[in-house]
Amino acid sequence: MFSASDLRKGLKIEVDGTPYVITEYNFMKPGKGQAIYTCRIKNMIDGSTQVKQYRSNDKVDKPELIEKKLVYSYKDADDYVFMDENFEQIHLSENVLGDQRYFLKEEIEVDVLFHNGQPIGIELPIFVERRIEFTEPGAKGNTATNVMKPATVEGGYELQVPLFVNEGDMIRIDTRTGEYAERVR
Amino acid sequence: MQLRHTMAQTMRTFFYDQGFWEVDSPIRIPSPAPELHIVAEPSGKEFLRTSPELHMKRMLAAGAEAIFQLSPCFRAHENGSRHRPEFMMLEWYRLHADYMTILQDMQTLVAKAFDAINPLISTNTKNKPDAWAAPLDVSTPWAVHTIRDIYLERAGWDPVSNFDPDRFDLDMVNIIEPSLPTDRCSILIDYPVPVAALARRKHDDPRVAERWELYAGGLEIANAFSELIDPKEQRQRFQDTLQRKKEINETVYALDEPFLQALEYGIPPCAGVALGFDRLLMALTGTPYIKDVLPFPHE
Repeated sequence: MFSASDLRKGLKIEVDGTPYVITEYNFMKPGKGQAIYTCRIKNMIDGSTQVKQYRSNDKVDKPELIEKKLVYSYKDADDYVFMDENFEQIHLSENVLGDQRYFLKEEIEVDVLFHNGQPIGIELPIFVERRIEFTEPGAKGNTATNVMKPATVEGGYELQVPLFVNEGDMIRIDTRTGEYAERVR
Repeated sequence: MQLRHTMAQTMRTFFYDQGFWEVDSPIRIPSPAPELHIVAEPSGKEFLRTSPELHMKRMLAAGAEAIFQLSPCFRAHENGSRHRPEFMMLEWYRLHADYMTILQDMQTLVAKAFDAINPLISTNTKNKPDAWAAPLDVSTPWAVHTIRDIYLERAGWDPVSNFDPDRFDLDMVNIIEPSLPTDRCSILIDYPVPVAALARRKHDDPRVAERWELYAGGLEIANAFSELIDPKEQRQRFQDTLQRKKEINETVYALDEPFLQALEYGIPPCAGVALGFDRLLMALTGTPYIKDVLPFPHE
């Protein structure tokens, strides 16, 4: 259990059985009154946000969160199968992974976050490298900066890349934003 | 630094000109004034003061007539964009006065502080135009709202006849305070007795106490009382507050017996106020962040 005075930005709390992370935090105190903590909290499972207020004597639940290093193994129908160090298989659904599923590759090691034993999300390496499978050639003579064109990388993920990137090039993708970072070649 | 110096100088001049004594009192004390929602920071076996109030009233009992003190106070856990656990407090007390006398003082003092600070704002803040809003309008008369009227009008209930502490605080933060203008001074006045630990009851309505709060720039700036001088009632209120602190597992301090003895010995009717020095500077310079007015904002 946390007490209200432990609340701060980035703290993970549990509300009605769901884990949340505090994204904004404000402390208010009417003259001689009790402290009121106003927090914007983000649902760690579906990403939705809401505002919650706590008074100084309120107690806040602590979520049971465990992070484990797992290795991605293979895709099985709609599930993505990971393996822990004892070769035990853990299935994550497409819903939990979202766009991150595009950045999985066999043998890649990721941090998987579990809440009460249920996997709720993964943390990927910040950059992954992918080969461009399809993109139109960049139009000659168009040298303005920041001009981007669509491209598809292996695994089917689509993103915007600069004009000079060609089919067959290797690029680095920032997994936090899903955006192009640089060309590796 | 220049703004803080100018404000302190203005305040001291205001009090010296009226014959106030500047006093000092212990910072590390055994018995902070019991207030339900103010937590004192422990210091060895004693505590850092949350306010110099009880010692200053003992000075009144000892014969002082008009006193002020500008000094640091400490409140545990109070840290946010508008709070620091260590802050500067200006307190002053007058004998043979009530909270309306103190309101007159406050209006004059704020106007003087504004006149002194305002010419400095443009030179001190030209490098960060975004953080600073329009200057505060300090012209009198200030809007005065009784707690009963403003809660009835804006929150739809009467905290005087039917006090609910949780609802009172939540509505204050969510409804009442945001409804006050940020560019003007407003006074909330005549609080229910349960939220006025050291204030005298009103003669014509014993359910309310003679307490007011000054709001400006979206901030609570100052709290004033007609001081409670009845030793029996004061002891009872301290004990009630300590009992409630015990119920919510807060640290309970020993009663300040020398203060209660001073009340028994007798203090003439008096009134006083505590003003947040940093906060008034925030309101006068138009910043919502206390760090903008502190010389060492990150310590």
